[in-house]
Amino acid sequence: MFRVTTEPLDVQQVHNLVKTPADGAVVTFDGIVRNNFDGRAVRYLEYEAYAAMAEKKMAEIAEEMRNKFAVGEVAMVHRIGRLEIGESSILIAVAAPHRQPAFEACAYAMDRVKEEVPVWKKEFFADGESHWVQPN
Amino acid sequence: MHITVKLFALIREKAGADTLALDLPHGADLQQMVEAIRRQQPALGPYLDNMRFSLDMDFVDADTILRDGDEVVLIPPVSGGYGCSASRPNP
Repeated sequence: MFRVTTEPLDVQQVHNLVKTPADGAVVTFDGIVRNNFDGRAVRYLEYEAYAAMAEKKMAEIAEEMRNKFAVGEVAMVHRIGRLEIGESSILIAVAAPHRQPAFEACAYAMDRVKEEVPVWKKEFFADGESHWVQPN
Repeated sequence: MHITVKLFALIREKAGADTLALDLPHGADLQQMVEAIRRQQPALGPYLDNMRFSLDMDFVDADTILRDGDEVVLIPPVSGGYGCSASRPNP
């Protein structure tokens, strides 16, 4: 499953989706909205996506993961819209027969998501200002 | 020829619209499209420089030749920042 959604994310759901009887490990990455950006208090975030392309790119990244690492099923869900502190913005779950490839593939996936998946985030600060987050 | 440009995030806000309609000469490429946007909406100039382009949900290069009716999506730098620094390390 590769999906962009406005609904709250469910870790157990993606975990269950990827796990098969052949797997000995499931690694799940849960990206969470943090209360500060470099120490500046953040009130909430808004995520925006080019959803159709984001879903296609997530599926392509899963294909890369299966080509590079000995892993099985992969799921990625990205939430968009307004997210409060402590809520999950992205879940990546990867199942594998053994734990090491699952750890490595999950870290790889998150790096690739940040490069390739068209999702943008806007930070709303406690002092009333806001900005779109740009990579340096 | 008629080209539709879709905008997201920062550049969508700066344009005050999520779609631009452009008329370009036949055979124009994406770089020429960017120059046309610059002329039509000078305020977007500073934000156009580090855009990537998407056609049919794939990234394409700036020298890609456009066809009548194409829908181009401008892809601003992806923000990232999930459970780690919001900035990408400098190369």
